[in-house]
Amino acid sequence: MTAPTLIFGWGNPSRGDDALGPALLDAIEALRASHPQWGEVDLLTDFQLQVEHALDLEGRRRVLFVDASASAGDAPFRAEAIQPARDSSFTSHALSPQGVMHVYAEIKKSPPPPCTLLAIAGEAFELGEPLSAAARSHLDAALAWTQAWLTTS
Amino acid sequence: MRHQFELETAKNPDALKRIVIEPVSRVEGHGKVTILLDDDNQVHQVRLHIVEFRGFEKFIEGRPYWEVPVLVQRLCGICPVSHHLAASKAMDMIVNGGILTPTAEKIRRLMHYGQMLQSHALHFFHLSSPDLLFGFDSDVAKRNIVGVAAANPDVAKMGVLLRKFGQEVIRVTSGKRVHGTGSVPGGVNKSLSLEERDYLLKDADQMIAWSRDAVRIIKQLHKANPALYDAFGNVPTTMMSLVDDKGALDFYHGALRARDRDGEVIFDQVSYQGYHTLLTEGVKPWSYMKFPYITTLGEEKGWYKVGPLARIQNCDRIPTPLAEEERAEFVAYGGAKPLHGSLGFHWARMIEMLCAAETIKDLLLDPDIMGADLMATGPRREEGIGVIEAPRGTLFHHYRVNENDVVTYANLIVSTTNNNTAMNVAVRDVAKNYLQGHEITEGLLNHIEVAIRCFDPCLSCATHALGKMPLEVTLVDASGREIDRMTKDSEGRVGK
Repeated sequence: MTAPTLIFGWGNPSRGDDALGPALLDAIEALRASHPQWGEVDLLTDFQLQVEHALDLEGRRRVLFVDASASAGDAPFRAEAIQPARDSSFTSHALSPQGVMHVYAEIKKSPPPPCTLLAIAGEAFELGEPLSAAARSHLDAALAWTQAWLTTS
Repeated sequence: MRHQFELETAKNPDALKRIVIEPVSRVEGHGKVTILLDDDNQVHQVRLHIVEFRGFEKFIEGRPYWEVPVLVQRLCGICPVSHHLAASKAMDMIVNGGILTPTAEKIRRLMHYGQMLQSHALHFFHLSSPDLLFGFDSDVAKRNIVGVAAANPDVAKMGVLLRKFGQEVIRVTSGKRVHGTGSVPGGVNKSLSLEERDYLLKDADQMIAWSRDAVRIIKQLHKANPALYDAFGNVPTTMMSLVDDKGALDFYHGALRARDRDGEVIFDQVSYQGYHTLLTEGVKPWSYMKFPYITTLGEEKGWYKVGPLARIQNCDRIPTPLAEEERAEFVAYGGAKPLHGSLGFHWARMIEMLCAAETIKDLLLDPDIMGADLMATGPRREEGIGVIEAPRGTLFHHYRVNENDVVTYANLIVSTTNNNTAMNVAVRDVAKNYLQGHEITEGLLNHIEVAIRCFDPCLSCATHALGKMPLEVTLVDASGREIDRMTKDSEGRVGK
C-alpha cells in the first residue's frame, strides 16, 4: 500500500557530504519504530532525481524532498514549500524536485501532492570521504526539523 | 582515407581561438570539449577530455572483496547494476573460479536485462529524443523531455513507464532500487517469490509492445532523413563486444569478438580473462582518460567502438524473435557494409531494448528464478576478471585479493573508456562538418553534444548539464583578447 507520507532523499553516499539526503533517511528509519504518531512513511533514496520518480508522488498526501546543498548560505538547512516548475534541469538526466513535480502534472494531468524541499548544507564532496563535521551538525538540526514536520498532521 | 586522428593536434595552437565547453557533473565525471578555430572559424583541433574513474580504483583497494560489488555501484547513477554484476563476476573467480548455480545466473541475467531496459529507455526517451524529434538546433527551451511530453505525451509516458519497469525488475532482483545487494561473490542472496514473479510478469507484454513501438519511432526517423542519419558522425571503426559460444548477442556473458570497419571478423571467441594482453590502454598528455586499442593492430588502427551499434553488428543473431526480426532489417538497411553513422546507435539501442523486454519475459517464465540453490562453491583464487556488456558497451573489472581477503589491485575499463577514441573522432567529424566556417551558436555546439550522446549519456549528462550549470563559452585570440562570448544561465537562457 502507498504510504501517505513520502520522504525522498538523494545523493551519492561515497561522495562526502553528498550523502546527507540518504543519511537523513537512515536516521528517520532508525527512529520511526518508536514514533507511531508519524503514521505510515515511505523512505526512498536514489543517486539523483529522475523522470520516473514522478510516479512515486502518486497517492501521497505530502512529500519531503531531501538533498545536500553546496551553498553555505543554506546552513544548517533550508526548508521551503515548492511548486511544479518547468526548469532547465530537464536538459540533464538529473531533475530538480520542482521538475519532478512538473513531470507528474504533465503525465497525470492533475496537480502533484504538496511537496517540501529540505536542503541540508554540506561542505566537502570528495570521493571516499565521510560526512564532514559541519555536515553532521547540520544533519542533526535537519533531523530535528524533520521529526517536527512528521509530527504535524 | 583521411587520418583517423585528424584534428587531434593543431600545428599552431597558440595562434588559434579557443572554444571550451566545460560542464560539471557531480556523479558521473567531468567532461570538457575544446575546439580551436582560426580567424575564419576553420576548425584546427577538437578534443573531448573526460575525467576518468582512477580515484575509484584507489578507493576500492584495501577493502574486503565482498564489499566491492556493492561499493562499485556508486560509480554511476545510470547503470549501477552493470558495475555490481561485473564486479560480482570478477569476485566469482576469486571465491570459486566463476561457477554459478542456474538460479543465480538467471537472477543476475534478469537484473541485468532490467538494467539494460531502464538505461536504454532513459538514454533514448529522456536524453536523445528531444534532439531527434525537434531538431538539433531547435528552441533550447523546448528541447527536453518535458517538451516531448507536451508535443508527444504518449511517447513521453511510454519512456517513463518503460524505465520504471526496468527499475522494478532491478528492485525485485537486487532487494533495493539502488545500492542493491542481490548479487554476491559466488551467487545471489535471493531468488524471486511467486508473488514477485507475477508482479513483474503482468506488465511484461506491455513492455515488449512499447519497445516495438520505440523501434518503429527511431526507424521512421532514420528512414525519413537518411542523409542526416547515415552521415552524422560517420566514423568507420573496428567494433568489439561479447557474443555467446554460438555467436549470438549476450549482454551478460560470453567471449570477445571484433570485426573491422567492413564487417570482417578480426578475432572471435577470445576469452576476456586475457583482456590485458588483448588490449593496450594508451595514454595522451591532454586527457585523464585512457585510449585503449587492440594491441596487435597498434594504436593507429586498433581503436574500436563498443555498445549497441557494435553489438548489433558483431553478433550473428539475437536470441529473441522480435528483436532478431528488427536486427535483420537493420543489417539489411546497411546493405553489404556495417552502419557507422553515430545516430545509428539509437536504432541499435532500441532493438536491444526490445531484446531486453523479450528476455525479461522469458526469464520470468523460467521456474529456475524461484529456485533455492543460490550459491556455488569452488577453489579460492587471488585474481578475478569480470566482463559484462553494460548499456553503453563492454565493461571490464579486474581485481587481485590477498590472503586476508583485502583487494590489493583494481583496474576498471568502463564503456566510456573503450569508446574514447571513437567518440573523439566522431566529435571531430561533426565539428568539421557543422562548425567549419560558421558563427558559433548554441544550436551548432549542440551538434557536438548530440554526437557524444549517441555513445554515452553518462558523459552527455555532463555536457547536457549545460542547461543546469551556468555555462560561459569564450573565444579568445592568440594574444588573450576576448573576441566573443556566449552564456547560458541556470534557467537555460542563452545570451551574448
